[in-house]
Amino acid sequence: MVVLRGKAHLYGADVDTDAIIPARYLNVSEPALLAEHCMEDIDPGFRERVSEGDVIVATTNFGCGSSREHAPIAIKACGVSCIIAHSFARIFFRNAINIGLPLLECPEAVSGCTDGDILEIDLIEGKVTNATRALSFTAKPYPQFMMGIVNAGGLIAYTKRRLEEIEA
Amino acid sequence: MATITEKILAAHSGRAFVSPGDFANVSVDMVLANDITGPLAIREFRKLGVTRVFNPARVVMVPDHFIPNKDIPSAIQAQDIREFAREQGIVYFEAGRSGIEHVLLPEEGLVGPGHVVIGADSHTCTYGALGAFATGMGSTDIAAAMATGDIWMKVPPTIKLVFHGSLQPWTSGKDLILHAIGDIGIDGALYSAMEFHGEAIQFMDMDGRFTMANMAIEAGAKAGVFEVDATTEEYLATHPQRAGTAPCRRYFTDSNADYSRIIEYDASTIEPVVAFPHLPSNVRPASTAGDVVIDQVVIGSCTNGRLSDLRIAAQILRGRSVHESLRCIIIPGSQRVYRQAVDEGLVHVFLDAGAVVSTPTCGPCLGGYMGILAPGERCLSTTNRNFVGRMGSPQSEVYLSSPAVAAATAIAGRISPPGNTYGESREEISW
Repeated sequence: MVVLRGKAHLYGADVDTDAIIPARYLNVSEPALLAEHCMEDIDPGFRERVSEGDVIVATTNFGCGSSREHAPIAIKACGVSCIIAHSFARIFFRNAINIGLPLLECPEAVSGCTDGDILEIDLIEGKVTNATRALSFTAKPYPQFMMGIVNAGGLIAYTKRRLEEIEA
Repeated sequence: MATITEKILAAHSGRAFVSPGDFANVSVDMVLANDITGPLAIREFRKLGVTRVFNPARVVMVPDHFIPNKDIPSAIQAQDIREFAREQGIVYFEAGRSGIEHVLLPEEGLVGPGHVVIGADSHTCTYGALGAFATGMGSTDIAAAMATGDIWMKVPPTIKLVFHGSLQPWTSGKDLILHAIGDIGIDGALYSAMEFHGEAIQFMDMDGRFTMANMAIEAGAKAGVFEVDATTEEYLATHPQRAGTAPCRRYFTDSNADYSRIIEYDASTIEPVVAFPHLPSNVRPASTAGDVVIDQVVIGSCTNGRLSDLRIAAQILRGRSVHESLRCIIIPGSQRVYRQAVDEGLVHVFLDAGAVVSTPTCGPCLGGYMGILAPGERCLSTTNRNFVGRMGSPQSEVYLSSPAVAAATAIAGRISPPGNTYGESREEISW
């Protein structure tokens, strides 16, 4: 697998789904339209600064609040390749994995990181390298059960395969 | 040895027992989506290559967030779920015969004890009040479950919350759950089930329990669960299960069940509270709020839009006026609640007081429409979240409270605990 590489965008605790994509924009669900308003209320400059491959880095409970899948969709459509945090809210975690946006729980990588640091992530190894600081960290591995979904490329591909197996 | 949650999940995954941390493929009894999450779920469902949902009597779509439609894009989203509902023959409620999903589904007998319910809405946890295991998920999870009738879950550990003693006159389920969230924090129950016990819970009506289960997600929980008792049975008897729904089954936690944590409160000391901006955990007693001038009060939502919520608001607003510098918006949670509020004269009380009374909608709670805030404005609301920009401008503020505090505040124009302002106790006024 290609190693993900991009600059870090640093956030604190409890970044909620209203912050990621305000509900006033949920009258549509097209990824590109959602991306236009990603992080708008807490970080209006995010859309200008973010580029393909970048990584969101946050502390605890990232993605708390609503079940809107529009939140990870908006982040992914901005070009973000991965989110690294101390911890994630439960529904956000499922949603991100389901749509193929990788998340890593790695508090060590978060605390050693400054806004703009260049991060490299090897998802197979669960390795996070801070290229700016020449430091490497190992993230918490996904549970075995979830690797099936991750490896399939998301829940729809995984379920499609399951349904085909049931039929066969 | 097992909690209600573990027993329900074991029964739905064909196992004798499950333990926290286990992964299980769980069969689902009801699958829910709304006008925001439904269109995405339908889009993903189509990609699966199946033509029919697993059981049309066990899939429900409720247009409620931007309903009646606020603009053309939201009308298209409502159209998406309406057309899908017709095509699939699933359960669907049109505006005028509908309501806010989490008020509506229990009323309509679509969810019951022992059910596993998943919904593409985080407040799906509301149904735990009926002894169900109910949890919010995203649209893709709902798409997969609509096709297969099951979904993967990680069995959560259970936190037991015990509320000892009896409640003060104006203290409600909303105050208890806000107090608990203030205590444990908005990730204090992350990935866990919250199970509610104690004398204060035993004497609480169903509406109060729905409010508490509803806000379990605000502590990060996967579910909020109550044991079935005489109060639940009475509710179920008057709201019979709809044909085609799964059979109900009552589960009780074993006396030697393994809780991850037990938290005990003396409920008799809990005053009506307010959650200050910008977190539901930023809780303090309403009596210590200080001088906080409020521009708008909202009474309603899946948290506090039920009949007893409106009764309490009407009790305080009767014969009084909404403060001249404030708007008060009251939104019955369902068409049934709306009609009862009309029949009981509550709507007259609200209109006489100078309040807006709206058709059921989630509207202002999520900053959708019907009460959006301008920069610098403050809203006290009986809803569930007060994040930055939740109800409008990112420069606005949202304060969360019970209907009693909201009604008292609507009259005073500033945050006001009901008891202090009017010196009445709830018991002295009967309906």
